[in-house]
Order: sequence, then structure tokens, then C-alpha cells
Amino acid sequence: MSKVDFNKETGPREVFCGLTSIVWLHRRMPDAFFLVVGSRTCAHLIQSAAGVMIFAEPRFGTAILEEKDLAGLADAHEELDRVVNDLISRRPEIKTLFLVGSCPSEVIKLDLATVAEKLNTRFLGQVRFVNYSGSGIETTFTQGEDGALKALLPLMESTDDEKLLLVGTIANNVEDRFKKIFNNIGITNVESFPPRQSTELPKIGKNTKVLLTQPYLSDTARDLKHRGCEIIQAPFPLGVEGSTKWVLAAADAFKIPELKVHEVIAPLANRARQALEKHTEILRGKKLFLLPESQLEISIARFLHNECEMELVEVGTPYLNKDLMEQELNLLPDDTKIVEGQHVEKQLDRVRASNPDLVVCGMGLANPLEAEGISTKWSIEMVFSPIHGIDQAADLAELFSRPLRRNQILTSKSLATF
Amino acid sequence: MELTLWTYEGPPHVGAMRVASSMKDIHYVLHAPQGDTYADLLFTMIERRGQRPPVTYTTFQARDLGGDTAELVKRNITEAVERFKPKTLLVGESCTAELIQDQPGALAKGMGFNIPIVNLELPAYSKKENWGASETFYQIIRTLLKDKVNEIEKINPQRWKSLGRRPKVNILGPTLLGFRCRDDVIEIQRILSEQGIDTNVVAPLGSSPDDITRLTDADINICLYHEIAETSCEWLKRNYGMEYTTTIPIGIKNTINFINEVHEKLDLSLTNKEELEHKSKLPWYSKSIDSNYLTGKRVFIFGDGTHVISAAKIAKEELGFEVVGLGTYSREMARQVRAAAKDLNIEALITNSYLEVEDAMKKASPELVLGTQMERHSAKRLGIPCSVISTPMHVQDVPARYSPQMGWEGANVIFDDWVHPLMMGLEEHLIDMFKHDFEFVDGHQSHLGHTATKGPENKEDEHEPSNESIQKKGNVLWTDSGKAELTKVPFFVRGKVKSNTEKYALSKGLPEISDETLYDAKAYFS
Repeated sequence: MSKVDFNKETGPREVFCGLTSIVWLHRRMPDAFFLVVGSRTCAHLIQSAAGVMIFAEPRFGTAILEEKDLAGLADAHEELDRVVNDLISRRPEIKTLFLVGSCPSEVIKLDLATVAEKLNTRFLGQVRFVNYSGSGIETTFTQGEDGALKALLPLMESTDDEKLLLVGTIANNVEDRFKKIFNNIGITNVESFPPRQSTELPKIGKNTKVLLTQPYLSDTARDLKHRGCEIIQAPFPLGVEGSTKWVLAAADAFKIPELKVHEVIAPLANRARQALEKHTEILRGKKLFLLPESQLEISIARFLHNECEMELVEVGTPYLNKDLMEQELNLLPDDTKIVEGQHVEKQLDRVRASNPDLVVCGMGLANPLEAEGISTKWSIEMVFSPIHGIDQAADLAELFSRPLRRNQILTSKSLATF
Repeated sequence: MELTLWTYEGPPHVGAMRVASSMKDIHYVLHAPQGDTYADLLFTMIERRGQRPPVTYTTFQARDLGGDTAELVKRNITEAVERFKPKTLLVGESCTAELIQDQPGALAKGMGFNIPIVNLELPAYSKKENWGASETFYQIIRTLLKDKVNEIEKINPQRWKSLGRRPKVNILGPTLLGFRCRDDVIEIQRILSEQGIDTNVVAPLGSSPDDITRLTDADINICLYHEIAETSCEWLKRNYGMEYTTTIPIGIKNTINFINEVHEKLDLSLTNKEELEHKSKLPWYSKSIDSNYLTGKRVFIFGDGTHVISAAKIAKEELGFEVVGLGTYSREMARQVRAAAKDLNIEALITNSYLEVEDAMKKASPELVLGTQMERHSAKRLGIPCSVISTPMHVQDVPARYSPQMGWEGANVIFDDWVHPLMMGLEEHLIDMFKHDFEFVDGHQSHLGHTATKGPENKEDEHEPSNESIQKKGNVLWTDSGKAELTKVPFFVRGKVKSNTEKYALSKGLPEISDETLYDAKAYFS
């Protein structure tokens, strides 16, 4: 392992909570509904993060706790029952209903597991209920997806069939590309989790080889292992290097010769490297500071350093699972400063002191940093855009080169002369 | 428990943030978990602020709950005071912290800081954003001014005369994330200064705690947004005798009423009364024959209390519309909105459910919707033109240009913003009428969305109805002569004529509609 410089920090944070992951999960599984059991704050958070107004009726909502629900717990369970009944009768197309715990529901110890169990009995054959927590006292941003996927595992039947299971939400077109590549190298039985329909859960077992598409699925990976699955150790499929090594790791698990993989990948990689070049020209030598939020930070840092030649000032991450991230950490340059956790004020002091060319941060911080003359890229875009895979490497780089290119345009002499 | 897919108002601590972020030299320590930091983006993204809201989130986690969260609160307060050196500190909690009862406000007061500390208790499970903003503003004023109550004698609104200076007023209520507040303040200050009236303090927007302590230098208060400032104005009246205005200067009539009210309170004579009606283009534009087609347009209004009450008055009295729906999501303003609806002989809709609003909108079949961004989306689905008149804020509601709602320029803005979508609606009809002309063979892209011309809602208004629909409606048959006559009716009233004639035929028990029946019905209804 390369000698990266690990640090931990605690203090006030500026990150989303796990509820935010509903924003992409509901798009992945259009037959599912996500019902947050929480407060008006939870409802406001999701609608602010998701641009809810564009949906006539979104596939997520909040059962807002009111004063009378807090008075006695029995009440809250009955109330939740009523809300779920209303919802199901209004939206008969719902096949899976996620009851999502929040900070307030966790603090008052609302037992969503028991509620889900009862509802499962009542709506047997019509709707399935699962529960997980997206609360901000336990989860950060993408960890919400980890909770949701983990909650689905008990519903997945067992099989001894050999298969490759891609785990983690990715864009549908990216998923198709991955499947094609795996088919081309000779892995034909490839499935995805979460699936495109919540009812079409893959079967898993001792011959299932799991390849994680996202770095934030620690709990899901652990439970998959308990079910007998093999977790393939690999860096994550971001950039040409990460994606190639990711495919190679899968090939290795299926005993497919490396040469075969290179045969398939080489033309794609060449094409991608060419497309990357114009972004590298802009990014080369520029200083990058990543604030913690999505847990994609380490993979993004690796990509932007190794393939786009950026200098890494600091790589923040809300949470670091050293086992899952081992291969990524190995690919980072020596002495990369990694900071797990956050003290947002101290971190911003370091941002200002290091005078970076680009800061990756949350939406709350982006405009204020821009106003100070520091270019930014908001991290939420990385969970909404198709950025995985070799074909997407240039698109991923473009997310970071665009703010710099824009800066060049706006500060060029042509404007300044007016 | 209430199922909410989307909410008009955030929680009350977001209201507190609106007040804190509007002010200078103030900091808000919010006992809250990390996810609550989402609220920062409302200011930095929607309002495009170049500064972070002055808020420290204590960021407690599950593992802290077994230990000492009170210590965590104290540490954050100490750090925030040292780092930001606020002149006044707000301390409060969000929904989750309310449950663990650390009482951060009381903790802060025991820490020995030499600055005023405002303890914000905002019940997250019963109150909402506007209430939180109002309460926060009131608590700041109360904290900073309560000790002076006995030092100062009651403020006589006419004291400016004996003090030998121009009259001075405070403008209270504008905040960040309030609808066009930034520009309303400029417009109102301009109007007041034209009348020889000075502004003492604008608050919360742009004020500091120092400014709050000099609120009592003014002769009267102007309550610009009742949702935010009424409680504060009442307190200042009770304790300092400060009078305050209640007219909201939106629309020509109410801008004039407002100016009159200010003059009356200050006992200042109004010298340019005749001029006032000509300060805005709205009265003439509305009188211009071009606006004749606005007469009786059916309008549906939904939003916050202040803006919907004003909008109803303008719609009815200044533009000659017919108000067919009026409602608000502000429970605090329900009484006033109900009264306004009663004057219009309709029933007010008081709800926080946008789906209920959409249903009411559908039933009222308006020709124009005045609402929030959510009603804009609902109206788009129904193919009805819409103009946005109220919060919740959207990035589009913070235009780069000067665009107030209040005063003379506000009336100009309102005329344009409300009438243009209607004109587009008319244009839509014209294009529909001429759609078979060769210029349109490639198909016209509607700016109201395809539902406007193709949606099932509009089927009945199609100008060349299919034989089936024209012949069989409530068991009334249209004869060939009836059909032929109907096609000669101008397109924009054809739908109305058709349904009226059918109604007439049914009421008379006629089995079929001929050309003569159509004229009988016309005479009957005119």
C-alpha cells in the first residue's frame, strides 16, 4: 500500500444525510415508493435536493410526524398504518414500499421493522415493505443507498448459479455498456442490483461474484459476503484506469485470461484516452481540493491525478472503509492527504490557505467559494450523471474541466476590455 | 401524521435562518444533525448568495446521543463566538434536537458571553417556516429592546414635527427567500422619500443588531409583510406605542391607500394626490381598448396570505378579472384570506396540499392561474397560463432585473407578468384557428406544453368537434343546420356557446338543436 497520509477530523459538517439517496434510487426502480417517516425538515430536504416540482406525483414522500404522534408511540404506529393505507389505495402501481427512518424517527425509536412486518402480512402478494434508516445521525448522503440495498437482501432468493452481480445504482445506459463488455470477454451471466424493477431482484449464493460499482456500499458488501457471495476486490470503474482494472478483476475471478480482456478493452481505452486529452490539457497541474460528501472522493481524486494530471491538495471523505478502498488507496500517489470526517470551518480555512484551482464541494458551499474567487464543482452532480465506465471517462473529466474552462472564458481579455 | 409529497413551507428553523441570513453581525448556532445543512443551499443556490448563511450546525450523531450532547453544543457555541464574533447570538434547535431536550439556549446563556443571546424555541412538529421567521424576528427585537422599554416615553407618530426633522419610518418584514423583497424595499423607500419621509431602519433584510436597537428612533413602523413582521410591530406598539401601517402596497389602489395611511399616521399632508394615479402605467394599460379582452377572465389565486389578498384585489378591481378561486397555505393568514374570499362570494381554500390545490384549480376551470411555482407546474399540466406571485422561492423568482411587486413599478411588473401569459393564451387560439394555413403545416410547438392543444382536458373546446361529440351530448342531437351555425360562431366563444345551447336545450326538454335553437339559447342567456 502506498503511504497515504490519513487524518481524522470531527466538528460541524456540511453534508447531506442518507435520505438524499432516494433522489436517484427512485429513478432506478420506478415501481418502488420511498416513504420517509420524519419531520417537515426531511420533506423539505428531499424536495430541495430533488427538484420535486417537476413530478406530478413523485414516487417519494414524507409521513410528517406531528405533536400528537410524539405523545405516545402506539399512536404513531397506527398513524403510519393509516398513511400507508391511503398511499397504497392512491397509488396501486407501487410494488415495493421502502419505509425510510429519519433522525426524529430514530430518536423516538419508532420501530419501522415491526411496522414493515405487519404491513407485509396485510398486503401479502400486493406490496412488499422493507425498512432502512437514512437518518443523518447515522448516515451521510450515499450511505442511504447502502441501507436501502442491504434492506432488500433478505428478499433475495438463493441460487448456486455462477454469475457476476454488479452492485450499486448506475445509469441504465452505463449498465448496458458494462454488460456488453462483460459479454464480449466471455462473462455472460451478468445481473445488476438494484434491478430496474424492484420485483426483479437477482438471486444470490456461493457462486455469485460481486463487483461493486460504487464505493459506498460497505454494509451491503458485508451482508452479501454472509450470503456466501464472493466480493471481488477492485478499484471502482471511474476513468479508464479504474474501469479497466475493475473489468480485469472480474475477469480474473472468472478465470478469463488477461489478454482476452485487453483485446476487448484496448480499442475502447484508446478512444477514451483521446477524448480525455482535451480535458487533461485544462486540468494538468491544477490543484484540487475535495471536500467530503459522496464517498466517491477517493476514486475521483485517483482519476483526476493519474489520468488528468491534477495535483491533490486534500481528499476529504465522510467515511473511509479501508478494506473496500484498499485498491484505490494503492493507486493514489504517496503522501496524499486524506481527511475522514469534517470540521467545515477548519477545512475551509485550509481551502483558502492552499489556494486551489478547483474545489469539489456541496451545493451549500459552492457559490460562497466562487464569490471568493475559487472555482468549484458540486459533488451532487457525480451521483446524477452517468460517469462510470471507460466510455464515460471524458464525461467525468468534463465535469471538472468545465468550471475551469468557463472561468477562462469569462475572465479572458475580450470581456475585460469592455 | 401527515403524508406530504411536497410542502409549501419548510420547518420553522428555516424561517429563523431566513432572518439570521438577512442580517449582519449575527450568528445562529443550530443544534442539529448533519443533514440539516441542506438548508444552506436554499440561500446559496436559489437566492445565489455569495456568502454562507451565518449558521453553525452542531452535527450530533447517533453515537453522541448516549454521551453528552450538551457538551457538544457548548463547544460549538464557543467556537462560533470566537470565530465569527457576532454582536448577537441566536441559539436554537431543529426537529431532532427538540426531542433530546438539551436546551441549547439556556446552556448558551450560562456560558458567560458578553453579547445578547436570543433563545429560539421553535416547535418543529406544529409550526412552519413563516411562523419561525416571524418568531425569530420578534425574539431578536424583544431581546435587544426590552430593557429600554421603561427608559423611553411612548412614541407619538407626530413627534417629528416638534423634533424639527422629516418624518422617519422603519420598514419591517423583508427577508431573504421572501418574494421580491429585495426590490420591494427599494420601491417603497423611493415612494416614501418622494413624500419627504425618511427610512430609519429596514429589517431584517440588511440590518444589524445595532440597527435593531435604534428602531425606536422612527416615528412609525411599516409592516410590509404581515407573515414576518406583524408580531414584532404589535410588540413595538404595545411597549413603545409605535403605530404601524397595515396596508400592503401591492396594486395601484393599495399603494395609494398605503400612502394615505402613512400620511394619516404621521399627520403629514398629502400634496401630490392627483399625481399618484399616473405614477404607474397599469391604470392606463388596463383602460386601453387592447385590454378589453381581459374583462371577466376567470382567475384562480393561491399562495401566501399577503400576496393572494393583494392579487385578488388587483385582479377584480384593477384588471377587471373574475376571481374564481382564492386560497393560501399560510394558516396564520387564513382568517384574512377567508374574509377576502367572502367579499368575492367564493370560499377560500386553506391547505398545505398541492394536490388539493390542483383539484380545486381543475374544478374552477380558470383562464389564468396566479400561484406559486407549484401551481405553475399544475397549471402547465392542465394547459392553463400561469404567473407566479408568491413563495416558496425558486431560482426564477430572483430575477437579475429590478422586478418589485409593490408600489408603482410593482404594478407595472404585475400588469406585464399577468397579462403576457394570457396574451400567449390568445395567441394560442389564433394559431389553433389558423393551423391549417400553409405556414403552420409543420406543426406549431406550443409554449404551454402539448397538453394545451392535445390534452384530454381540452377536447371539448376543439373547434371542429367530431360528429359523435357534436351530436350526442346529454342526449341532445345537433342537426346539420345547428352544426353549421355553430361553426360560424367565433372560435373563442364557440365552446361556451355550445355548452350553453346544450344546457338550454336540456332545460327545455328539446330533443335536438337546430340553428334556431342556438339563437333561442343566445337570447335566453344574454
